[in-house]
Amino acid sequence: MTPSREISVTVNGERVTVRVEPRKSLVDFLREDIGLTGSHVGCEQGVCGACTVRLNGAIVRGCLTLAVQADGAEVWTIEGVSDSGEIAALQQAFLARNALQCGFCTPAMLLTAAALLKENPAPTRPEIREYLSGNFCRCTGYQAIVDAVESAASDMTGAGS
Amino acid sequence: MKPAPFDYAKPASLEEAFSLLDGHGEDARLLAGGQSLLPTLNMRLSAPAILVDISALEALRGISIDNGMLRIGALTTHTELKASKEVARAAPLLAEAASHIAHPAVRNRGTFGGSLAHADPAAELPACVLALDASLEIAGRGGTRKVAAADFFHGLFETDLGPGEILTAVEVPVLRKGFRSGFAEFARRSGDFAMSALAAHGRFDGERVHELRLVYAGVDIRPVRAQTAEQTVEGKAVTADLLADAMARLGDDLDPMDDPHASGVMKLHLSGVLLGRVLSAMAGAHR
Ligand SMILES: Cc1cc2nc3c(=O)[nH]c(=O)nc-3n(C[C@H](O)[C@H](O)[C@H](O)COP(=O)(O)OP(=O)(O)OC[C@H]3O[C@@H](n4cnc5c(N)ncnc54)[C@H](O)[C@@H]3O)c2cc1C
Ligand code: FES
Ligand code: FES
Repeated sequence: MTPSREISVTVNGERVTVRVEPRKSLVDFLREDIGLTGSHVGCEQGVCGACTVRLNGAIVRGCLTLAVQADGAEVWTIEGVSDSGEIAALQQAFLARNALQCGFCTPAMLLTAAALLKENPAPTRPEIREYLSGNFCRCTGYQAIVDAVESAASDMTGAGS
Repeated sequence: MKPAPFDYAKPASLEEAFSLLDGHGEDARLLAGGQSLLPTLNMRLSAPAILVDISALEALRGISIDNGMLRIGALTTHTELKASKEVARAAPLLAEAASHIAHPAVRNRGTFGGSLAHADPAAELPACVLALDASLEIAGRGGTRKVAAADFFHGLFETDLGPGEILTAVEVPVLRKGFRSGFAEFARRSGDFAMSALAAHGRFDGERVHELRLVYAGVDIRPVRAQTAEQTVEGKAVTADLLADAMARLGDDLDPMDDPHASGVMKLHLSGVLLGRVLSAMAGAHR
């Protein structure tokens, strides 16, 4: 056993202080210690993308970041960006376009798509595919996901102009 | 899977980091972005007793240009490398290659120094630093030393880094007049490690190419220069015939082994295709 560490992390705007083992991943900390189970765990080796969360403003693999590395940081999960309404247009588009079936990949897809639209508000289909290439979906075949991101982008840029 | 238990320390200075490395010897591993190390721990391929997180070491951060040298701190992430104005101007090859590494979420944490120290034979940045004739700055208890990229990569995941040493920065000569670079790769899916990747750098005068360096990743246990192909094109105008000639000689330089993703024969073929594409693009961009 290695001694646990006290860490303070601002999760979805609320500061939490918890003791964790150094080996605990950020996504396990969020799921097990905070009870936020919207971030999923698939491969635990960085390949599937299901564990995507936002750390200090940038999307990261929750399975390849240690909870202790997030000490003092700001983390946003799907629960937070959903409640704040930030990704409402994307969520609406995913629903309208049938861009989810089992939903396992969806929280990470939404966070990744939101990061894309922030960098590039009007991406082409190849740009959408490229940006989402690190997020696996075993159900939809991706077409509907690309459709949804494309339509959310045009709704959002349309609404903004 | 979950990793075996380990301890964790986050030194605030290089001195403190060296003490930790000295104190724990073989049981300690440096942690930068964690994008190569943490998967191996999660898969229990290794089980260090303590991780020494170097992310708070300011000496390893920043990108600057001074005296004709571009200096890139080891903690620079792939995302920062891709976005940097200094890199785009002084070493565009690095920015171009960075966009081929993994996916946005991995690029946001993975670092330049981590990629070089890890020395995956299929990684893009080791091939680029070799093509650019970069020099690597390494700090240890006894002081700082510099190693040419050509002497840094010893073999499969093996480098010139000794116990207790930390890679602090990479220095690349600022792009000189007439020089151009090019990069391309074949991977099964976007973001996967390359089956073959080519980083090229050379000088053009009119149609003619000089001092060309062709460095391949993914085809050997470390990045390799294709020197026969380089000599074949030296001083000549880049034409379809010349490219065909250089491609035909690539077999003298490269002897790729079969791996689960591609046979050696296929890798050699793909490497030839990359040579044609990259050199044509470099020559075309000059016109
Ligand atoms: C899904 C996935 C896909 C990927 N695809 C690619 C790809 O296509 N191309 C590619 O090049 N990479 C790829 N990577 C790896 C990625 O680029 C890593 O970021 C990089 O290889 C290591 O950098 P890091 O900062 O994460 O290092 P870490 O994982 O923290 O460390 C890696 C090793 O280097 C040592 N180390 C780190 N920094 C230093 C230093 N400053 N001095 C001395 N030793 C040090 C560590 O001790 C460790 O042994 C991929 C990773 C994942 C998870
Ligand atoms: S669980 Fe993190 S990438 Fe698969
Ligand atoms: S909806 Fe099932 S994995 Fe994507």
